[in-house]
Amino acid sequence: MAHHEHTADAAHHDEKPHGITRWLTTTNHKDIGTMYLLFSLAMFLIGGLFAMVIRAELFQPGLQFVDPGFFNQMTTMHALLMVFGAVMPATVGLANWMIPMQIGAPDMALPRMNLFSFWLLFFAFMLLLSTLFLPGGAPASGWTLYPPLVLQTGNAFPVAVFAIHLMGASSIMGAINVIVTIMNMRAPGMTLLKMPLFSWSWLITAYLLILVMPVLAGGVTMLLTDHFFATSFFNPAGGGDPVLFQHVFWFFGHPEVYIMILPAFGIVSEILQTFSRKPIFGYEAMVYAIASIAFLSFIVWAHHMFTVGMPLAGQMFFTLSTMLIAIPTGVKVFNWTATMWRGSLTFEPPMLFAIAFLFLFTIGGFSGLMLAIAPADFQYQDTYFVVAHFHYVLVPGAVFAIMAAVYYWLPKWTGHMYDMKLAKFHFWMSTIFVNVLFFPQHFLGLAGMPRRIPDYATQFADWNMVSSIGGFGFGLSQLLFVYIIFKTVHSGEKATAAVWDQPTGLEWTVPSPAPYHTFDTAPEVK
Amino acid sequence: MANSKRLLAALTGVIAATVGLPARADWSLVNMPVGVTELSQDIHGLHMLILWVCVAIAVFTFGAMIYALVKFRKSKGAIADTSLLHSTKLEIAWTIVPVFILIGMAIPSVETLIKIEDTTGSEMTIKATGYQWFWQYDYLDSGVSFYSRLAESSNETRQLGSGKDPRSVEHYLLDVDHPLVIPTGTKVRLLLTANDVIHSWWVPDFGMKRDAIPGFVNEMWIKVDEDKPGTYRGQCAELCGRDHGFMPIVVIAKPKAEFEAWLAEQQAAAQAAPTEAPTEAAAATAATNTGAAEAVTLAKAE
Repeated sequence: MAHHEHTADAAHHDEKPHGITRWLTTTNHKDIGTMYLLFSLAMFLIGGLFAMVIRAELFQPGLQFVDPGFFNQMTTMHALLMVFGAVMPATVGLANWMIPMQIGAPDMALPRMNLFSFWLLFFAFMLLLSTLFLPGGAPASGWTLYPPLVLQTGNAFPVAVFAIHLMGASSIMGAINVIVTIMNMRAPGMTLLKMPLFSWSWLITAYLLILVMPVLAGGVTMLLTDHFFATSFFNPAGGGDPVLFQHVFWFFGHPEVYIMILPAFGIVSEILQTFSRKPIFGYEAMVYAIASIAFLSFIVWAHHMFTVGMPLAGQMFFTLSTMLIAIPTGVKVFNWTATMWRGSLTFEPPMLFAIAFLFLFTIGGFSGLMLAIAPADFQYQDTYFVVAHFHYVLVPGAVFAIMAAVYYWLPKWTGHMYDMKLAKFHFWMSTIFVNVLFFPQHFLGLAGMPRRIPDYATQFADWNMVSSIGGFGFGLSQLLFVYIIFKTVHSGEKATAAVWDQPTGLEWTVPSPAPYHTFDTAPEVK
Repeated sequence: MANSKRLLAALTGVIAATVGLPARADWSLVNMPVGVTELSQDIHGLHMLILWVCVAIAVFTFGAMIYALVKFRKSKGAIADTSLLHSTKLEIAWTIVPVFILIGMAIPSVETLIKIEDTTGSEMTIKATGYQWFWQYDYLDSGVSFYSRLAESSNETRQLGSGKDPRSVEHYLLDVDHPLVIPTGTKVRLLLTANDVIHSWWVPDFGMKRDAIPGFVNEMWIKVDEDKPGTYRGQCAELCGRDHGFMPIVVIAKPKAEFEAWLAEQQAAAQAAPTEAPTEAAAATAATNTGAAEAVTLAKAE
């Protein structure tokens, strides 16, 4: 059907400028998606390098390599790069590539804005990275940018604020694009409740982005005016309140963590059904669970700040509302398990990463539940227990899901199969080392080690060394990932249209690599 | 309890053995301390309760996942049952059951929380002020006041390229020149504030941390068990700049009589040499931190 017509006039439609002009001027969703993904990979490696500096310094007690001030710059830049530069752009790249293909659209609805949002992001990070070379160095107040500390940043301060504004604008444009595309460009018959879960998860993510990125922009703008224009939003001497910033930040920050994890939920749902050879269990419940998690994410923010001295009623409210998130999250985990139940499972690399996600994200969920309990949080807050928690959610959670997505769709993107053996090796190395890296951090936190310190008391030495060994192993393993991807772009066995064993979804009905313009005439969805 | 401890110890052992490190028997290295106050014991109990609830749920969910992974393999001839798409009964069950588990955890949490927030009936009040990067303690009832900084032995060793071995320093990074001294068996109210940026006062053995915020006063209370005098150590827990990792907190809990004697001694010493002026040090700190000067005045005015 549809794809016969493609091949007939593919030559005409695939016309595009060559070389660098193609990438500078393209408005094609696949090219922009590729740029987003490569950008994300680059930031993942640079952010990873910063993490290696952190783990090297923490390998032993005492200061061996860096000054404490530079250490703080590393933790701050590592977080900013991984959150805004690696995870978010990776999911935007996947959205660009896959949403039009999944819903049967020829491209994103707003292709020029799409390109604009990519280049905004690119320059935002060039600015942010340039702060490392400014007098006073990069921001060192943690990615949470709490005043008054953040106001002690050197020349980097206005640059970092401007970079955050640019990132926010870029994310908002990307989100508008996703919403407009999904609302207007679904193929005939593709009702919302027939839409693949990856597209669903992104639709909800896009609304979260539009709602919270302006809040962050407002927060950093208030920092800027406090610093340069003598306002006192957060300055107690002028009647302001430093804790107000924390409320503003976490009102953005908590939905932000779901912005990173919801697309991962979508990816894992797609992969589990393909390799279980069975449609997702409880499709509608999955959609509603994502929607309720998104809603709850707006009323739990202050659980990040139990120690600031909130009123008792506030602490109770945020404890209870946070615990509620366990319910829709539980529904998702149970539905994923039920999807595998009485399936016919095979263990290709995407499936391996999805299964690891299932186990390890759930561990992150458990520690999250523990952190929700305010009295216990008085002990956990700002320790390595928190570091272990959010890294479990973000690394074997979000990052593994992104890797699963790459291994799932790479043959569709490049037209080549990748080296399965090597990819499985990459999986095992990553999974083993990620646990060696982050599991002992639970122990460190409980035993009393605060986070964001460059040096520690000697009783924490053993587990820090274990964690650092895991860190180096995990970091090195990712070079394999880069090698596998670049090798697949250039060579490898030709991939079929379906790639996997009877996967569902429109993207598998077009040839691999997917034609430059996927659907010239909209496919019919029954 | 004994079983579970053995399980965790085994796990610890396995992980340690994998990376070729000696397995350690010391429990305090992997779990939250029980602590020496009623609150810390309540919090520890709550922590263990949630931990075991999570372990139980994990055994159930991971068990089901592992069963599926082993049993329903294509290589073992499993054929997908594509009719298994949803089950209203099951889905209601796994929405409702967690609700009850959560209620079971919420009740003790709220009870503990109410106890923690009740600072009434305290017998003495101490104000702790965070500075970049040391603490100041003011005994509001008796006028005793002093600064508490990282001990010199740690400070020399922690310098970049000092060539000194942290392991040779007793209580490396957890030792100060002038520790806070409190009486045991007494409800001590701690008022927390800061002079420059936000700090956080935390001693794990007391179960609590609370932020010290410039321009605002937070409170918490400590009542060390009568039978547990001793030295308890902690650290600043909120990133407060370059030397955040180097402003420890040391508290010596003394029996009441000993504490009274110590306090009298401090008062006498203060009268003999009344020139350790807090304002001087505060001004010096403020001068090195642009933008913090106003905050100083306000905190003083408090």
